[in-house]
This record gives sequence, C-alpha cells and structure tokens, in this order.
Amino acid sequence: MSNGDVKMSNDMIASTATRHRKLSAEEIAEIEHEMTLYPDKKAVGLEALKIVQKYQGWVSDESLLGISKYLGIPASDLEGVATFFNLVYREPVGKNVILFCDSVSCWIMGCEGIKKHIKDTLDINYGETTKDGDFTLIPVPCLGDCDRAPVMMVGPDLHRNLTPGAIDKIILDYSKSKSAE
Amino acid sequence: MVNNPLTKNIDMTRPPMDIAAYEANDGYQSIKAIAKGLSSDDVLQQVKDSGLKGRGGAGFPTGLKWSFVPRGDDSPKQKYLVVNADEMEPGTFKDRLLMEGDPHLMIEGMIIAAYAIHASKAYIFLRGEYIVSQQVLTRAIAEAEERGYLGKNILNTGFDLDIVVHTSAGRYICGEETALLNALEGKRANPRAKPPFPQVSGLWGKPTIVNNVETICNLPGIITYGVDWYHGLTKGNDHGTKLFGVSGKVKTPGCWELPLGLPIRELLEDYAGGMQDGLELRAFLPGGGSTDFMLPQHLDVTLDYDEIAKVGSRLATGTMIVLDNKTCPVGMVGNLMRFFAHESCGFCTPCRDGLPWVDEIFNEFENGRGNEKDLQILHDHVTYLGPGRTFCALAPGATAPLGSGLKYFKEDFDRHIKEKCCPYKH
Ligand SMILES: Cc1cc2nc3c(=O)[nH]c(=O)nc-3n(C[C@H](O)[C@H](O)[C@H](O)COP(=O)(O)O)c2cc1C
Ligand code: SF4
Ligand code: FES
Repeated sequence: MSNGDVKMSNDMIASTATRHRKLSAEEIAEIEHEMTLYPDKKAVGLEALKIVQKYQGWVSDESLLGISKYLGIPASDLEGVATFFNLVYREPVGKNVILFCDSVSCWIMGCEGIKKHIKDTLDINYGETTKDGDFTLIPVPCLGDCDRAPVMMVGPDLHRNLTPGAIDKIILDYSKSKSAE
Repeated sequence: MVNNPLTKNIDMTRPPMDIAAYEANDGYQSIKAIAKGLSSDDVLQQVKDSGLKGRGGAGFPTGLKWSFVPRGDDSPKQKYLVVNADEMEPGTFKDRLLMEGDPHLMIEGMIIAAYAIHASKAYIFLRGEYIVSQQVLTRAIAEAEERGYLGKNILNTGFDLDIVVHTSAGRYICGEETALLNALEGKRANPRAKPPFPQVSGLWGKPTIVNNVETICNLPGIITYGVDWYHGLTKGNDHGTKLFGVSGKVKTPGCWELPLGLPIRELLEDYAGGMQDGLELRAFLPGGGSTDFMLPQHLDVTLDYDEIAKVGSRLATGTMIVLDNKTCPVGMVGNLMRFFAHESCGFCTPCRDGLPWVDEIFNEFENGRGNEKDLQILHDHVTYLGPGRTFCALAPGATAPLGSGLKYFKEDFDRHIKEKCCPYKH
C-alpha cells in the first residue's frame, strides 16, 4: 500500500470513529421523540440525519459518526442512506438553498432561461455555493406546482410564476434578510 | 347533493378549515357511523361496491386491494396503513392541493381505511419539500386527537389509531410502494421483490396497505353519502370524481375536480381555456411523465381509465402536460429522460445503465450531433426497458413518453439529424 492510500484511509469514515461529534441536547431530544414513533430504531436513521442537518446546515462525517454511535447503526448503513437521498447534504451548503425545479412543465414554461438568469446573477452552477455563502443552487424534480411554473424553493419558501424580474427581487430579499440580522 | 366531495372545502385564498368548520360541513360523519356500529366488514364492502380505483397511477381497485389483507384472529395483530404522499411524478400537482386545502378530509379517510383493514398505526409518507403540507397536517392531526377521533379506543369503539407524519428526503423511487416501505424502515429506497405483496408482508413484515392521498380522500364521501350517491357522480364508466390538472402553455393552467368520463376536450378547452394565443396543441401526456403521448385527434376520448388505455396511454395521475407547436418535442422527451435517468435507483442494470445512455443521446440530439444509429439505440431501449425487463415500473414508465415520442415526433428527430441542430431554437 502506498502512502497515498494510507492517507486516504485515514479520511475514510470507518477509521475515524474517534472523530465523532457529540450530538447536542436539542438534537438528541428530537431524535428521542422520533424513536417513539417507529418500532425499530433503524428507521430513525434518516430522521436523525435530517434533524442534525436542520441544526448544522449539513451532515458532516463527524455528525454522521455521532448519529451512528448514538443509534448503534453502522456508519456504512447510514452513509448508504445519506447518499441515496437528494435532500441530505453531505457537503456544506449556503445560508439559503435554492431548490430549482427543472422538470417537464417548468421546462416548457421556460425554466432554462430563469436558470441562466440565476447563474448569471449569482455566478453559480448546480451544486455550487456563492462566494459569500448566501446561496446554493440545487436542481429538484417537479415541485408539484406545475400550473404556476416555473417554480423554485428558497429554504422553506415556494416561489411561483418566476420571471427574471422576480428572481432579482427574491435574491435581493434573501440577501437583505441576512444583513438585517 | 354534493358533487365535488374532494374539493368542497377547498378555497386556497384562505387557510384550510379547522376541525369545527370541517365538521359543520358533514365532516367526520363516517367516524360517528362507525361509533354507531358500522362494522369494518361493512366499510370494506362499501368501498368494494363503490368501484373506487387507486388514484396513485396504477388504477387498481381499492376495495379489492384491501381484501388481500389477512383478517381474523390468526392474522398478524399489527397491520399498517401508509398514505403515499410522495408526489414526484413530473407534471403532477394534485395531492399537494388536497393536503394543503383540506387536511381533515385526508385524516378522516385514513381513519376509515385503517378501520377497514384493522390497522392501529398509520404513516403519511410525505414529500420532504411539502413543508406547508406537513404543518397543516400536523395541526389537523392534533385537532383530531383532541376530539378523540385518533388515539386509543376512538369514540369507545375499541379501535385505536395513531397517525405519524414521515417526511421523505427526496427520491422519486420512494413513491413506488415497496421502495417506500424500505425508505420508511430507514433503508435505501430500492424496491422489493413481489410477492410477497405488501398487503400480506409489508412494513416490518406486517400486512400493509399503501394508498395514494387522493384515493384516501374519496373515502369520507363514500361512507357519508353512500355508494348510490357515489355511483351517481360519474359521466363515464369509472366511478367518482377525480382531480384533473393541466400545465403547459394553455391560457389558464390549473387543477379541477371533475367527474370521470368527460371528454378531454372539455378539460383542455373549457377549464384550461385552450392554448395561449398564437400557439397550437401539438400533443399531451394525459397523466404525468410516465404516460404515452396523445394527439389532438384524441381530444374526444373521455377521461376514463379504460378509454384512455384504448388509445395506448394511461389516465394515471390525471394531470395533463400540454406540448405546443413552438416547443421542441425532442427537448421535452429529453427533459423527461434526464429526470428518469437521475431518479433510477440503480438496483437493476437495464435501468441503471440504459437510462443514462438514453439521456446522453438526447443531449447529442440537442447539440446537433444525433445520428441514425442513435435513433436506433433509442428505439431499442423502448424494448430493453419495457415492462417485465426491469425490477420495478420506473423504467417502463420512462418508455411511455420515449416510445410514443419516437412514434409521433419522427419528423422532429429527423430534422435534428439533418439540420444538425434543434430546429426550434434556430
Ligand atoms: C417509480 C414510481 C413512482 C411512484 N410514485 C408515486 C407517488 O408519488 N404517489 C403515489 O401515490 N403513487 C406512486 N406510485 C404508485 C405506487 O407504487 C402505488 O401504486 C400507489 O401508491 C398505490 O396507491 P393507490 O392504489 O391508492 O393508487 C409510483 C410508482 C412508481 C413505479
Ligand atoms: S427499474 Fe430502475 S428504479 Fe426500478 S429497481 Fe430497476 S434500477 Fe431501480
Ligand atoms: S414541473 Fe416544475 S413544478 Fe412541476
């Protein structure tokens, strides 16, 4: 095994069990609540990932290991679940995640042009975060609002009938709400 | 008599009805009927007699499905009801409306279904992005618990029911009912082999019924107003009303509750207002992204499961996607193929490897590099990915717009090859 390989394995999850992050009291309280809702704690794995993401913004290796330890679910199983789902972020994301619908009805209604406008305005592509850390752009399948296409979500909020002008205003509003804090 | 049982309480310009307002409009009558002695066998029989077919896409008779759940003392004690609220089929926007517009209707429907199949626990498998649905449902569940319609020994009937809202984390395959069960158990959402069917061995190996949101929302009307009333709703062969949607470049896109059996033309022209000025109807997908294209010549076909099947497509979710004459049909099919390729769960080879290949070929067409050989490969995939060749129905679903698109838009594929570009962009 070359040195390079050794270094890699150090970064791999299985060998970094000591690097786990201790879950916060709030996280644990929510995970414990979820455990009352399912007969099997394995079912809570995904819930725990989402809970941690809610507090931390994303799921780091350390958090994943923390959950693994807390629930007694192998890290590899948790990682298998985490990487399967689109809404579990295994990399840091910006303050506002834009879930941009590029499915068929939005496509017919011109979402490509809207996407280009976002890209030009924020200088990011799918999967990227703005330099100031304000926005991450992620594609999402049909958001179930096709009669008001094009559609996207910013954080928990849905925005419909998008136009370039509407995008400018939305970006301004979310950037402002940051400076107001 | 009520003729719009699914949407009678819905007015999206105000918040949904609270439990008092819902009850004042015939709400939760079915629970009271149960408290007065309506047996679970009676409920099952009424739902069978109603002729209700599942609204999640496959159109399977609901009462028949329920009857596969083992009953009696020697059957497993724990049974589950799961509501499929994962709505991710491209172009489908009906379940969100029902949940956000009238959450108590779905909860009442869930109580009826759980009572009929003897389930004491029910999960709502909700799309993670549907944040308002989650809030609205959670509040409504709390109201129903407070009234004693949920919880232990509901209205002294000896029947218990808890409802848990589970939010998913985004994968189309979770809507496939066995993949959904794996997801709910905290596993990767690959589909399961059938048999055993979930009705016999589903969630944690227990008998489980998975029903779509809209299917569940049909139940309160059937029990409250009766089977005869339900049979009076339709204008065609299949029973009840259904939510029908239209998206694309029509004048007034939207979603309406209509009786089954109306001509498609009426939905498209009277409700959706016809095409936008200057545009003509080229084709449409009648029920979401996994259905076959239909053409203007099919406008007089009625909105019935069997009638639409006769012209080679499916009513499926009933939400229509309209293609106009100035939007590229090849691009539209390509958009759907990208979706299916991305959402393949990767479990079986034809789908995992085939769909990305198809997607790649559409990119080539888009960029003016498509050729005859590519076209042949696309045709071949309609067979390779077709029913019976893959582990679940996702890939066959993709072949619906692909196969019908290749057939109906041949000249457009040919022009992409000949003109070495997308003719709609230049
Ligand atoms: C890939 C795939 C995705 C599906 N997505 C959904 C969905 O989001 N919602 C739904 O109700 N049914 C969906 N279905 C259909 C379900 O497997 C199942 O047939 C349905 O939930 C049964 O409910 P019903 O009998 O009430 O229609 C999907 C099927 C497949 C193959
Ligand atoms: S057809 Fe596709 S989605 Fe279905 S099991 Fe196979 S790989 Fe998974
Ligand atoms: S296609 Fe974008 S919301 Fe349905």
